[in-house]
Amino acid sequence: MSHDHDHHHHDHDHSELSETELRVRALETVLTEKGYVEPAALDAIIQAYETKIGPHNGARVVAKAWTDASFKKALLEDGSKAIGTLGHVSRVGDHLVVVENTPKRHNMVVCTLCSCYPWEMLGLPPVWYKASPYRSRAVKDPRGVLADFGVSVPNDIEIRVWDSTAETRFLVLPMRPAGTEGWSEEQLAELVTRDSMIGTGFPKTPGAPS
Amino acid sequence: MNGVHDMGGMDGFGKVEPEANEPMFHEGWESRVLAMVRAMGAAGAFNIDTSRFYRETLPPDVYLSSSYYKKWFLGLEEMLIEKGYLTREEVAAGHAMTPGKALKHGKFDLANVDRVMVRGKFARPAPAPAKFKIGDRVRAKNIHPTTHTRLPRYVRGHVGVVELNHGCQVFPDTAAMERGEHPQWLYTVVFEGRDLWGEDGDPTLKVSIDAFEPYLDPA
Repeated sequence: MSHDHDHHHHDHDHSELSETELRVRALETVLTEKGYVEPAALDAIIQAYETKIGPHNGARVVAKAWTDASFKKALLEDGSKAIGTLGHVSRVGDHLVVVENTPKRHNMVVCTLCSCYPWEMLGLPPVWYKASPYRSRAVKDPRGVLADFGVSVPNDIEIRVWDSTAETRFLVLPMRPAGTEGWSEEQLAELVTRDSMIGTGFPKTPGAPS
Repeated sequence: MNGVHDMGGMDGFGKVEPEANEPMFHEGWESRVLAMVRAMGAAGAFNIDTSRFYRETLPPDVYLSSSYYKKWFLGLEEMLIEKGYLTREEVAAGHAMTPGKALKHGKFDLANVDRVMVRGKFARPAPAPAKFKIGDRVRAKNIHPTTHTRLPRYVRGHVGVVELNHGCQVFPDTAAMERGEHPQWLYTVVFEGRDLWGEDGDPTLKVSIDAFEPYLDPA
């Protein structure tokens, strides 16, 4: 199953990849033979990550906040508690803080020390989020980072960067796009991108090609 | 420790390069590494702070030149060897030579899978009242422990304002070194961009970290 993915070689030459793959297999064999893990349980973990988490969870929360003022208020007061009331988006843990973009402030989330990220809301983080360029520059030159994403924020707007240095996890609540009056939560959720919930992008606008 | 992992504010790493339609894993082995780390952690072989520390202690050149899951793999292998769960000989041979040692939460089997998909709980009862309140000015200590810490270098010595109080939580600095949880108050502390980066810094920037109380002095 998991070995069927397309292979992209990135910075690694083929011999190094092969060596890593062999070492990973050797470690799994040792862990299994020592009686520490059951390979089928590892398969099940991977399947759970592949199917149960992802940005659709965060998008539902954002869309609900856009349409339900009392939910939004509760969400900003205690993200974990508010999301816990939604049966379909659970397991978020106890330490989620939702931060709201406004016409005066744009929020961005980073983990300069490792890769802390709200997995339950957004899925596993993309490579760029875990890589040196983003981790090094987000806290010093966030507008330059946004430019790398083709995004700009007016110069009179405050940029607030949240460095996830503890077990708190941060989710950005982006601003609702204009032209969506009367839209349902389901329609709105379609506009909410992963990057808009990290703060490196904006939601899609109605009518724009997806 | 003042490692290369603590990269906030460093220059020279180039542009951020988002990948269109990025797959969840780029290689099959990456998913196996993720699953092994989650499984062995859930079985009680190590806590999350210890696993972070082992990645941070990879040699700087290895850290910077390894992909994300390669770092996870190297950290996991070394940690399991040092903690006596397996030996270098077994890893080299690709087979167990002796029976495993007892795991705190037992073998990781199918019955445990749901458990890893729920985030851990880090809140703990407070051993003492909070020293700081929202709005207090605080200075991040100028400390340079050679062990694990979550106080990034770029804020050390700088003054910020307490914005949120997250309650008492497990203290990574001791938990990572297996010296106990020693719960500490945790605050979001916000710094002005120009205080961190000087007069050339972005005047519209504010940066916050989550800081444990032992990282802070009144200012």
